[in-house]
Amino acid sequence: MAKVLVVTSGKGGVGKTTSTAALGAALAQNGANVVVVDFDVGLRNLDLVMGAERRVVYDLINVVQGDAKLAQALIRDKRVENLSLLPASQTRDKDALTNEGVARVIGELREKFDWVICDSPAGIEKGAMLAMYHADVAVVVTNPEVSSVRDSDRIIGMLDSKTARAEKGERVEKHLLLTRYDPGRAARGEMLNVDDVLEILSIPLLGIIPESQEVLQASNIGSPVTLANPNGVAARAYFDAARRLGGEKIEVVVPLERKGFISRLFGRRVA
Amino acid sequence: MALVLAPELPLPTWLAALDAQIARAPNFFDGRPVLADLGALPAGTPDVAGFLKSLEERGIRIIGTEGAHPSWAGIEAWGRPFPAASKPGRPMTIPDEAPKNTPVPSPVAQEVSSLVLDEPVRSGQSVVFERGDVTILGSVASGAEVMAGGSIHIYGALRGRAIAGLAGNAKARIFCRKMQAELLAIDGVYQTADDMPAALVGRAVQAWLEGEQMKMTALD
Repeated sequence: MAKVLVVTSGKGGVGKTTSTAALGAALAQNGANVVVVDFDVGLRNLDLVMGAERRVVYDLINVVQGDAKLAQALIRDKRVENLSLLPASQTRDKDALTNEGVARVIGELREKFDWVICDSPAGIEKGAMLAMYHADVAVVVTNPEVSSVRDSDRIIGMLDSKTARAEKGERVEKHLLLTRYDPGRAARGEMLNVDDVLEILSIPLLGIIPESQEVLQASNIGSPVTLANPNGVAARAYFDAARRLGGEKIEVVVPLERKGFISRLFGRRVA
Repeated sequence: MALVLAPELPLPTWLAALDAQIARAPNFFDGRPVLADLGALPAGTPDVAGFLKSLEERGIRIIGTEGAHPSWAGIEAWGRPFPAASKPGRPMTIPDEAPKNTPVPSPVAQEVSSLVLDEPVRSGQSVVFERGDVTILGSVASGAEVMAGGSIHIYGALRGRAIAGLAGNAKARIFCRKMQAELLAIDGVYQTADDMPAALVGRAVQAWLEGEQMKMTALD
């Protein structure tokens, strides 16, 4: 049974695209048939993070408007064969998306894949609304800071009221993915800690992704972090999150970078 | 916060304009108490009671009249006549689209005088219940608002706005288990976070009105 998952946040720059790529790749590496769909029409990024920007011919808008077949627009990943990308258009804007067209494309994707992962644009306008409309599952990406948390809260409210499931009186399964988390800064009170965020948003925690150079480096070389550096701390956190999405019960831990003896010693002194 | 409708002569023209507005925002008057300000109508206006009845036929719930002339027949039937402009209702504009208030109280439950929500009220959501008290088992997020004709009870954290005593109920109160509100208001008297006593922030609190002043005290 295919699942449509939306990666959303309200606020921009919190890590939706990075998380879409990392979770999509992780689910595919675990054997599922996965497509990641870029809904950020006009500001497409997912192709860059996936390292597929030089292979884009047709895009989501072409398929939505019936100018291309789905099979022509899907780009199969070169590293993981059961991972595909449906890129957004860079030259159009969100108004080119139509409700009927998106419904048809999502329906076709459901038949082909186990997971359809929609990378939502920031904001609460048409693009974001259409990205979430067909979702069965939502991953709400949040940074541990007040503006991000409030925007996520707004998005959670919309997941409960403006989606196809909500209109049928059903629920969208919601998960919180806390990204760019820095345990040191949280401990010093410079950012919200995990409990604060969970208390405000009151949805289950899917994972905590630490602020890490690995994530940045992976984006820069055009690879999901779960492929670029699978043993790194960020990748391991994404792998765990992907397994939780699959229904496994794994305890969430605050991930820590492995440090040498000396830095650990100093780290403790400072703390 | 009752709505005020101020009909003007000629009444048929005014009614036509009202109908146009209702067509644009069909649910706007649903469940809202409306005060009819009749001050603009001359004493000799015929059949004012019939006119009020025609308002009600449009689904408008008249809770009282204002500035009514004592000589008009049958006017008492339309609720206690308020003396002209004793406590002016707040002017409101009718939005083109009726506001999407999450829990629309169903018309069947006409007699229900309290609303209980099991869910948190999320940022950007607005809960409006004019007929009585609102009880919320979750939290009210920053950027969310709860409005009630009666009192408001929040068993989680109140981080957004709570507006009690909407239709002029000065006896309404606000209770919450964790007070981090952005704004509290009772019967039009409000206080923003800046004015609230710092010692009460984060505690279980109740707020009520004493005259025109809002009082707050810790419950724990």
